[in-house]
Amino acid sequence: MNAFLNISNGEKLDRRKIPHLAFADFRENALEIVGKGGKVVQFFAYPDGTSLKLLAVLRTDRLMVAGCDAPGSYPSLTQVSEPFHLFEREMAEQFGLRPEGHPWLKMVRYHPNYHKAKDVFGNHYKEDIPGNYTYYQVEGNEIHEVAVGPVHAGVIEPGHFRFNCIGEKVLHLEIQLGYQHRGVEQLLQGVQAKRLPILAENIAGDTTIGHSLCMAQAVEALTPVQPDKGARIIRSIALELERLANHIGDLGALSGDVAFLPPANYFGRLRGDFLNLSLLLCGNRFGKGLVRPGGVRFTLSDEVRKTLNERLKELKPQVEHVLELLFLASTVRARFEDCGCVSPADADHLGLVGPAGRASGLAYDVRRCFPTEHYGELGIPENKKTTGDVYARARVRYDEIHQSMGIIQSLIGSSVETKTVAASDLNLAPLSFVVTLNEAWRGEVSHALLTDNEGKILRYKVKDPSFHNWNGLAMALRNTGISDFPLNNKSFNLSYCGFDL
Amino acid sequence: MFSVLKNRYEQGYRTCSYPKEKPAVFGRYRGKPLVRQDASPEWVEICANACPQDAIDVQQKKIDMGRCIFCGTCEQISQGEFVRFTGDFEIATAQKEHLLTAGDLPDLARHSKQHFKSLFGRSLQLRQVSAAGCNACEADLNVLATPFFDLARFGINFVASPRHSDGIVVTGPVSRNMRTALLQTYEAVPDPKVVIAVGSCTLTGGPFSGSPEITEGLDKILPVDLFIPGCPPHPLTNLHALLRFFK
Repeated sequence: MNAFLNISNGEKLDRRKIPHLAFADFRENALEIVGKGGKVVQFFAYPDGTSLKLLAVLRTDRLMVAGCDAPGSYPSLTQVSEPFHLFEREMAEQFGLRPEGHPWLKMVRYHPNYHKAKDVFGNHYKEDIPGNYTYYQVEGNEIHEVAVGPVHAGVIEPGHFRFNCIGEKVLHLEIQLGYQHRGVEQLLQGVQAKRLPILAENIAGDTTIGHSLCMAQAVEALTPVQPDKGARIIRSIALELERLANHIGDLGALSGDVAFLPPANYFGRLRGDFLNLSLLLCGNRFGKGLVRPGGVRFTLSDEVRKTLNERLKELKPQVEHVLELLFLASTVRARFEDCGCVSPADADHLGLVGPAGRASGLAYDVRRCFPTEHYGELGIPENKKTTGDVYARARVRYDEIHQSMGIIQSLIGSSVETKTVAASDLNLAPLSFVVTLNEAWRGEVSHALLTDNEGKILRYKVKDPSFHNWNGLAMALRNTGISDFPLNNKSFNLSYCGFDL
Repeated sequence: MFSVLKNRYEQGYRTCSYPKEKPAVFGRYRGKPLVRQDASPEWVEICANACPQDAIDVQQKKIDMGRCIFCGTCEQISQGEFVRFTGDFEIATAQKEHLLTAGDLPDLARHSKQHFKSLFGRSLQLRQVSAAGCNACEADLNVLATPFFDLARFGINFVASPRHSDGIVVTGPVSRNMRTALLQTYEAVPDPKVVIAVGSCTLTGGPFSGSPEITEGLDKILPVDLFIPGCPPHPLTNLHALLRFFK
């Protein structure tokens, strides 16, 4: 019997009921769960009075939680089990906790720690450049390095990529992020209640609904405000619209990267049409302003529902035809297939989530495994692929585009009634803990919220799916031609700001 | 090949005729705010307190579009007694103080720098720098290249190198970690150069104001020529700004 306590997604838990273990037991139990195929949902440190504590939320087919006192330094879990890797680095950066024996202890986002503890990485932060670090190097006369970023050639977010190549072949790609760090978690802990939904919406704008849902569900768990059925349906529709716009945009970008321009342009335009459906619903193309604790700020009036139905009826065949155009082109398949493979074993070690995970055989989908909102009523298929290449990552999106259009059409078939909510003050339950998970278009988004004995936010922890998946991209590039980097990058299309917070 | 042609036929011609005609935007879109000057002080106070961005100037009964994220909270709670967001997406300004408005924006074309029009009116090459935004501003700049907006038909392009550009378009609240990269990119653009600030984060720090990790307004570190408000600005807002300012 494991010492971790089973919990549900979005369940309020009295903090005193979280199993508080001795560090050695905590470590042993966590390693046992993850060793048997479990994954890390959250693993972070938080201050409690004068002491510092650790808390882990793990998942198998259930969610479970346990905590312990934070040792100043501790034997790294990563050296035994890879899924802890980035979480341990993040804790080292945020609180100065040193994981001894960590195989790759480098900064995550490049900022001084919150506790004014001695800097684990020996950084002084006088230069505002996250790349202040000796990159991993491959030695040899024929090795060359390619450095890209932080400012990229396109209209995209900043990050630094360092390729170690032999000829055209990439031996190793190291990705350094942190340029987008805005101090989101610290802000979430200190701001007035009215700013909470706004911050959640702006963690990653392309995942506005995913992050907003995690925030709203966390607040709803700790307050009496509850969404009605109509609100849950509208929020599910919004999440699927977000998925559609992004998946369609990604397939267009992939098409452009293999120089097949018709679908690139058609999907580029169609993506905008789906963003406009979010605007139809709430006045913002990214769904900002829609989700609030307790429900939604805009109803699905019959007029809006009718327009949404008509637009979908018009767009659906167009999307389907362009999908056929893309996926039936032999030249596209030749470029997608066997490009940037991440084996199921590697994906499992890295703990990949979302479409990138499903493309490599990990069927996990929060909508199916820990459903929130209206998803319990919807049958979500597994969408698992086995090849782990660009083709598989594109194919998962192909499946999900079809499904999301079907889901929305089924949900807007009959009238949806709800009351709108306005922002209100939040009286969060004191001494409580909640963790929320949602399947956004990139995969599992999770927020964890802890309150102190006055109901103030003690710790707000945010995890974007990109936190798990950036190393998947690095892995995909191994032994791949460097000219295939853009294609692989788009096939993951990860968030910089979601990672950087 | 047949499939390519069939799709081409089905797709048809999609480019909007803006600026000749204004395309229709769905009714819930929140563009330029119209403030009722006869609103009772109580309503103004209530709205100002509820505003998550503290964007309402109670004394002047004005909204700071630089701070505003167009969430519509004030419109919703006052039920139009204080402010109504119109469908007008033409809201960019050439001066920061113009962002503080009751709904009467000065004509952008008349306030733009006239020498920019002769220099860049027929060809404008821009380098975009994403500096800690949420990627929504970037996304809605990117769509300007899609067939519906087709920015290139106006001689305006986003280019890969600052050396090839006439100016920079900045998004995001300029994090500490992006500051040097942004300033270096600016330095790399040959003179005379243009600086365009896009989105509430870039204008004032937006939702992240108060964080020690960011800059509360790009104009604190660079001379900004064009301010485009929104969270994110609608693509048509961006398009209008570029056309009115440079053409």
